[in-house]
Amino acid sequence: MPRGLAGRAWDMLGLLLVLSSLIWPAVIDPETGTGLRLFASTAATFAALILLVSLLTRNLASPVAPAAAILGVIAGAAAPLILLRLTGPGSAAFGLWVYVAGLTILIWRAMGVLSTLIDRDIVRRILVASVFGVAFVWYWQVITIGFAVPSILLPPPSMIWDRMVADVHLLWGDFRLTFFEAVLTGFTIGSLSGFLFAVVVERYPFLARGLIPLGSAFSAIPIIAVAPIMIIWFGFGSSSKAAVITLMTFFPMLVNALAGLRSADRMELDLMRSYGAGYPTRFFKLMLPAALPFVFNALKINSTLAMIGAIVAEFFGTPLAGMGFRISASIGRLQLDMVWATIAVAALSGSLFYGCITLLERRLTFWHPSLRT
Amino acid sequence: MTTAAVAGAPVARAIPRTPSRLASILTVLFGLVVIWYVAALPMNAGQLTRQYARIDPDRTFTFNEKLFATWTVRRPMLPTPDMILGDFWKTSTGAPITSKRNLMFHVGVTALATTTGFLAGALLGIALAIGIVHLRTLDASLMPWLIASQTVPILAIAPMLLAVLGALSVSSLVAKAAISMYLCFFPVTVSMVKGLRSPDRLSLDLMRTYSATQAQLFVKLRWPASIPFLFASLKVAIALGLVGAMVAELSTGGQAGLGGRLLNASYNGDMLHMWTALVTSSILAIVLVAAVSRIERLVLTGMGSRPPDQNA
Repeated sequence: MPRGLAGRAWDMLGLLLVLSSLIWPAVIDPETGTGLRLFASTAATFAALILLVSLLTRNLASPVAPAAAILGVIAGAAAPLILLRLTGPGSAAFGLWVYVAGLTILIWRAMGVLSTLIDRDIVRRILVASVFGVAFVWYWQVITIGFAVPSILLPPPSMIWDRMVADVHLLWGDFRLTFFEAVLTGFTIGSLSGFLFAVVVERYPFLARGLIPLGSAFSAIPIIAVAPIMIIWFGFGSSSKAAVITLMTFFPMLVNALAGLRSADRMELDLMRSYGAGYPTRFFKLMLPAALPFVFNALKINSTLAMIGAIVAEFFGTPLAGMGFRISASIGRLQLDMVWATIAVAALSGSLFYGCITLLERRLTFWHPSLRT
Repeated sequence: MTTAAVAGAPVARAIPRTPSRLASILTVLFGLVVIWYVAALPMNAGQLTRQYARIDPDRTFTFNEKLFATWTVRRPMLPTPDMILGDFWKTSTGAPITSKRNLMFHVGVTALATTTGFLAGALLGIALAIGIVHLRTLDASLMPWLIASQTVPILAIAPMLLAVLGALSVSSLVAKAAISMYLCFFPVTVSMVKGLRSPDRLSLDLMRTYSATQAQLFVKLRWPASIPFLFASLKVAIALGLVGAMVAELSTGGQAGLGGRLLNASYNGDMLHMWTALVTSSILAIVLVAAVSRIERLVLTGMGSRPPDQNA
């Protein structure tokens, strides 16, 4: 595919759309019913900036060009946000959507330019990924405000942010209760017992042969369904949630750790034996390191399972706090901004939890082929 | 499970394994059942003493009477396997199949939502993988967010998504399938990206020397190479799809489906029905995964490749 030519055509189409948006009114004042063309001057300025930069990108291979392109796109993206804030929700008119369509193409091109210019680099990955993330939130904001989507259906990000700032103490309290009392406890007990069980089972090949096929059957079971049973057994407190998470995290760790412990090479094990190494030495020097990539795989799976388990367990009834409780209670009151704020906290903490495990994995299994480049 | 057991049975191997895999599985299963019955003793003891106290406060019961009565006690805390089997049989044959009182009706509802969501999720997953493999920009921009999307406890969104879709008067099947889909697509995408990239440089170069187009490269090399990866992820996806469908049913307030049955039983504090729903959903999960495995064998054999060893 002739990338350069097609890319230039896309650039032109994007610019054409952005510029032609000047013909139509961008927003219509809801009170007077007249179209506002205030937008035109802003859009034209940014479009000219982007055009200039995209021409520069052709001639110069300097890092200034892509940086300016990004700045132009950011500035261009800010224009409709400011305009919509001035005129209020639902005021968007045809011109605005033409502008958004044109900008979409330019954002896509900017990401493409970025991903080729800073090659094979962690910076590039983070930069391109964050452009995508920001663009996602931007569309969410522009579309919900522009079309005046009822906040019952989907609140705009700005509203969710306001709610997060206003109720930061409430959210923190829920997070503390759910994460530190249920998630961490259940995650630790479940993963640890799964691992220890795998170590024991590995020593008895008869058990392992029976357990491995059963384990893959067990892993298909929707363990989340034990949540109501655990609540009857352990009451409404944190212990029932921790029990659900323990059960959910046990099997992935058992299956993975068992596979990992058995992944030690037979030749290497024989070599260790010929050196007269006992089981403890074999375990710590050979089997455990061989199992670590598998164990971390299980820990990553478990980190997301633990969050899900805690929140679903809280749907069935809890003391009057916790993230799952907050979500179900806020839905009852149609406080959708609170629901989304809690989901944002859950997503953020889930990603951080996952990220911490990934970092630990990089530290401990740096020798593994998948982490070497 | 059964297919694995059958595949592992001694089929004229040169060196017979001692002891056989089937024996190992049966021993482990037997051990689990024994543990279950033993655990039922203390778990149900409290309930039993309360019942006895109601019947006749003055009479004392012998140890043996108490011991075995825990396995037949009414409204147990931990129902024994034979109680669950009995309840399963009673509720799945006691009413016509179209009645809401029949367990199999609810199995059908859940299975339909699961498979619908699973198919949609698999298609979405494959489409995303194709995009990621072919568009460099998408690879750099989308992949990290896909991983982040799965750290979102999506099941938390289930009740809200259902409320929103309900407000838009979408049928509950579609709403449930949408949640299943969200859980299903991720393993398929990750696996397919790996699979579509699995052809080695030599094969790719050979195709280029034949001056194959991108489309031909895809149809003749990448796609066939990715099929084993696809099925491995489909087995994970369908189990996740069942979880999604059940949680969706839990949050719709228990109208129908296994999740609904579980919720209704939990409102009534009816342990036996909860366990029956749980065991039934486990059987459904195993059946669904087995069905995918069967299709995998057929497809892989049809493509002329050696089916993977079904020992794990």
